[in-house]
Amino acid sequence: MINEKTAPALNIKDLCVAYQQEGEWWEAVHEVSLQIQPGEIYGLVGESGSGKTTLALAVLRYLGKNGMIRQGKIELSGVDLVQLQPAEMRKLWGHQMALIPQNPQSSLNPAMRVGDQIAEVYRHTQDMETGEARHKAVEMLREVNIPDPGRVTLSYPHQLSGGMQQRVLIAMALSSNPSLLILDEPTTNLDVTTQATILDLLRSLIEQRQTAALYITHNLAVVAQMCRRAGVLYAGRLVEEAFINELFARPLHPYTQGLLESMPRLGDHKDSVRLRAIEGRAPVFGDIPSGCVFRPRCPIANEICETNPPLSVLPEGRKVRCHRWEVSLNEAGRSHLPDGRSDRNTTEKHQLQPLLSLEGVSVHYPLKRSLREVVRREPKRAVRAVEGMDLKILSGQTLGLVGESGSGKSTLARATLGVVDKTAGTIELLGIQLPDKLSRRTLDTLRKVQSVFQNPEEALNPYLTVGEILQRPMMTLLGWSRQEAIGRVPDLLRAVRLPAMYAERLPTQLSGGEKQRVAIARASAAKPNLLICDEPVSALDVSVQASILNLLEDLQAEHGNSLLFISHDMAVVGFLADTIAVIYLGELVEIAETGDLFKSPYHPYTEALLSAIPGTKVESRRVAAPLVGEIPSPIEKPGGCPFHSRCPRLVGEICKRQPPPWQSQQGSSKRYLCHIPWEELQAQQGDIQGFEISRG
Amino acid sequence: MLGYSLRRLGFLLLTVLLTSVIIFSVTQWLPGDVCRIILGREAGEKALDACRQDLGLEAPLPVQYLRWLADFSGGDWGQSFSTRTDIFPLVMQRLLNSLRLAVLTLLISVPLAVGLGVLAGLNEGKLVDNLISIGSLSVVGLPEFVTGILLIQLFSFELRRWGLPSLPANSSIRPEAGFVESLPSLILPAITATLVLLAYIARLTRSGVLEEMKQSYVRTADLKGLPRHIVVVRHILPNALLPTITVIAISFGWLISGLVVIENVFNYPGLGRLLVFAIDRRDLPLMQAVALVTVVGFALANLVADLVYALLNPRIRYTEGN
Amino acid sequence: MATHTGAAPSRGRRFVSQLRRLYAVPTAAFGTTVFVLFLALALLGPWIAPYGANQQDYQGARMAPSSLHWFGTDHLGRDVFSRVLLGAGEILWLSGGGTLLAVLCGTAIGLLSGYLGGWLDELIMRLFDSLLALPALLLALLMLGILGASAWSVLIVMVVVYTPIVARVVRSVVLSVKTRGFVEAARLQGESLGWILFREILPSVLPTLAVETAVRFSYGIFLVASLGFLGVGVQPPSPNWGLMVKEARQTISQTPWALYYPAGAISILVIGVNLMADGLKRIFQTRHD
Repeated sequence: MINEKTAPALNIKDLCVAYQQEGEWWEAVHEVSLQIQPGEIYGLVGESGSGKTTLALAVLRYLGKNGMIRQGKIELSGVDLVQLQPAEMRKLWGHQMALIPQNPQSSLNPAMRVGDQIAEVYRHTQDMETGEARHKAVEMLREVNIPDPGRVTLSYPHQLSGGMQQRVLIAMALSSNPSLLILDEPTTNLDVTTQATILDLLRSLIEQRQTAALYITHNLAVVAQMCRRAGVLYAGRLVEEAFINELFARPLHPYTQGLLESMPRLGDHKDSVRLRAIEGRAPVFGDIPSGCVFRPRCPIANEICETNPPLSVLPEGRKVRCHRWEVSLNEAGRSHLPDGRSDRNTTEKHQLQPLLSLEGVSVHYPLKRSLREVVRREPKRAVRAVEGMDLKILSGQTLGLVGESGSGKSTLARATLGVVDKTAGTIELLGIQLPDKLSRRTLDTLRKVQSVFQNPEEALNPYLTVGEILQRPMMTLLGWSRQEAIGRVPDLLRAVRLPAMYAERLPTQLSGGEKQRVAIARASAAKPNLLICDEPVSALDVSVQASILNLLEDLQAEHGNSLLFISHDMAVVGFLADTIAVIYLGELVEIAETGDLFKSPYHPYTEALLSAIPGTKVESRRVAAPLVGEIPSPIEKPGGCPFHSRCPRLVGEICKRQPPPWQSQQGSSKRYLCHIPWEELQAQQGDIQGFEISRG
Repeated sequence: MLGYSLRRLGFLLLTVLLTSVIIFSVTQWLPGDVCRIILGREAGEKALDACRQDLGLEAPLPVQYLRWLADFSGGDWGQSFSTRTDIFPLVMQRLLNSLRLAVLTLLISVPLAVGLGVLAGLNEGKLVDNLISIGSLSVVGLPEFVTGILLIQLFSFELRRWGLPSLPANSSIRPEAGFVESLPSLILPAITATLVLLAYIARLTRSGVLEEMKQSYVRTADLKGLPRHIVVVRHILPNALLPTITVIAISFGWLISGLVVIENVFNYPGLGRLLVFAIDRRDLPLMQAVALVTVVGFALANLVADLVYALLNPRIRYTEGN
Repeated sequence: MATHTGAAPSRGRRFVSQLRRLYAVPTAAFGTTVFVLFLALALLGPWIAPYGANQQDYQGARMAPSSLHWFGTDHLGRDVFSRVLLGAGEILWLSGGGTLLAVLCGTAIGLLSGYLGGWLDELIMRLFDSLLALPALLLALLMLGILGASAWSVLIVMVVVYTPIVARVVRSVVLSVKTRGFVEAARLQGESLGWILFREILPSVLPTLAVETAVRFSYGIFLVASLGFLGVGVQPPSPNWGLMVKEARQTISQTPWALYYPAGAISILVIGVNLMADGLKRIFQTRHD
């Protein structure tokens, strides 16, 4: 199908791209060469700042005023784009090459109907009549599986969901059948279930049209699912390139190995696996190390690495830029822990005291009624973010909360913290009912429940030093004097693996991962009983995530605090949590101890979440329909089962009418909310496949 | 959209009502007895009492306010203390003059300012942009009374001195003059007001254009292969000019009565000068009337801006409930 | 991303280095220099002015600029140079004082109202909306009509007119800052209201506040001069530049210098402050990118 002998559709040779920052030029992409054949999807993997987006924009010749191609060639079907004038490039855009960008919402013109935005491509670049162009636009939307495309052409972007917007952009990019498609993290901002459908769509479209595609992402699992070959970019250098199977089975570069081993895979658990984090931070502009760029973070670097490593070309189309790849190959592999490493598991669960218990907690945000509603005396409506939630967290245990965006998981955390008022239910901490308002909670209650937020960039006051930030909780919550608090700061920094001199620094001088460590140190400074972590690693690069997860685990082992860990990432939750709760539209749909959660039967929504993870599939004995649509609005929640509008295993009318019962069975800690009984559901579902991709 | 319009209208009424309370209560603090001001120093106690009774000053303040508001809404604006004539026709005459000046100023300044702003924004950092930016920053610094006097010197006295056709230095116009007849008198004040607005609107337009050019959807439009002029006209400008609409409306409100200084320089009989006159004479009812007319005009201009903005912005137009 | 590895510079020094960046932009450097120069002249005015503000020289009325009277004399024989010099002090303390008071009030109200929210916030903002429904100059005129014309009235007017504007600007920044993680963390740590307002939120407001203060200041100079020109602000024989222009207008054909020098002084000062404000805006905007 893909012939290596034919001329490549895209041929990048020794490309160097520089950016100007405060008057100086910094090289963001350095001597990158790669080829992509027609019909091939080439994955380019890199973390933030690796230069992957710069490379994409350079290929499109869309660098802007402060970017410049220093040297090299970019040949598209034999034409060197570097030599072309801007006006000539404009003729290639759309026709020969197209981009599918990361943020669908901002990539569409908010003031223009979606249909017009597609039709204008035909009108202005192919001189088509308005009517005909409109007709073509509808056709394109149909091709990207948009239901009722005629109606969608008349919509404005804000009326469409993120997944739909991305489909529109895909339709737009493919409208003039380009020979090269550049995809820049096209599914990064989408929910897992939406991502899965978009990826399927992209794959089949690219295959059909025999387009060459450059797929840029930080997500290795996506690359594994989508691409035939992939390159790994680090600090602007292509450090490794291989066919996908090879890359995942035998990564040669220490950085690639680090990336693969730093993220937990589905089924990994902290009791049996220790994540291997890549130490240090990625180089930034103006601070690129000499010799091998990865040297400062590389576990096997020695003197030879102070010289520039050559690009070794190996058999089977492999390339690696490392002096010591032969050594690194032997050192690869993650550390498995001996069984029963943790004492925590020796205590029987039922002996543990519940630390926090939520009973029937609901959080509704009332909506302002429109004039029409007031006139017609319609009932007041509310966003029902959390509905009737019952949960318990045991002392020293970790409860994982999984759900997609809009599932209400953050609201639940905020209600527990006291920053959002609950509408109904009770929250008890060690048997004592917590007041709703933060201002009515005692200092001791505040001390007991602390939080780490999602976005490390906003977690720390940019105008206070790290030392000042860390002193405060000890002064306010423990009542210590400033002197006492200052004395403890080095210990706190040490506990989060930061040097004591960081106390003098301002947050702007820290990397994202370091900021999150400081945030964790602050939250644990007053020794809380419960630490609530809302997506603490989702804003961080893959290589940094592992060290934060390890840190949370270590702190818990040391202090014995409980953890409420919220994430959309099933593998991350599975790694850290003792018990996992799956929530959908503000309601608990399934809860189980981690080991049991990954055994069938699964709630159909859990099944969908698991199947949506790139590279995994839930074995289906009775084939389920694909998951349709997106999460409905929590304002007009469907009656009956909350999941019925999207459920692939819908039984029938009963799902729409009757709230489902809890299903459970002796011998399993699992409970799920569904009309399908245990045995019947188990007969339809099987094990999770790809559970341990390429482990060992 | 209907709900939105009604809500904006309600908001407008609320603002006007609140402002009317402010105006009413503020004018209550005026030192001195109103009747003494009307009747003069020599008036006897009896005459004063009769006057107070007549004006309803004995009633409690909230009652006075409501009575005042009712009269006002009914078109009974009372008599001016100083001119002893009905206020309503006087204010309306002046309002008409102000409107003429405002409309002419907007006709000159808006196309010019938007054009310059777009030109500067599309050529960011280039010579044109720098010239426009520095020029506008400098013009903003010139007080109206300075530019006005300079313009009079230049286009009236200097031209006349050289025997050339000149513009009138004094813009006082006959009350019954039509628009065409008053046009020569309007030109210099309008140019002065334009200089104030020009820089303001141009700078906001420029930053609007710059802001939009950074957006991802412009990249999408470029990479679709659309010609650059289509990208500018169909994608950048419709979004970039949206905020300008609000600015123009606020300017219109300002033009109706904020032109006090310019009207004074040119002796132009607009609302602003009427207000200064009223303050000078401590003419309470006249002050209240001018202030309220201004507030209503200002609020109406804002309402129109909100509605036009909503009409052109699908994010508001097509959001149900909100 | 910053790559410094040293210790954090002290807060004071960081602020100075921010100000130093004003001088990297040529227009801002020009504006700041003009402002500093006027400030120096205003402070030194009483010592270096060759004549008193109202010292009349009947023999020397309506004299053209000469080595004796650098800017000439006006129709009453007062030295225009001295009056412009002394007027600088008058206009700077009035507009500067009014701006600072308004910024203080506006910041306090904006911080509290924005952070606490609720009905109080709603009430204050509605009130301010209504105040702002009147053009600034009109509101000023109305108030002067009641307070009577004097320098103190002008000061009060400036506070009333500009406080709502500053409060709204501060409030909008507070609204965006208060949802950030570090403010929420401070609340969860049981920090006091004062600490949260002044140590957690206020520093993030300062850049915007600096720009707003400069802009308000330039409008303030404008307002004081305009009120003087209209004759409803500072009263004669004060050497208010606006008032000087108004008086000199009657005799423009005989003593044009008495009009052009004060008019030029206002223009240069306002342009200078505008350029400075523009520079501040650029500095703080690039910082946030």
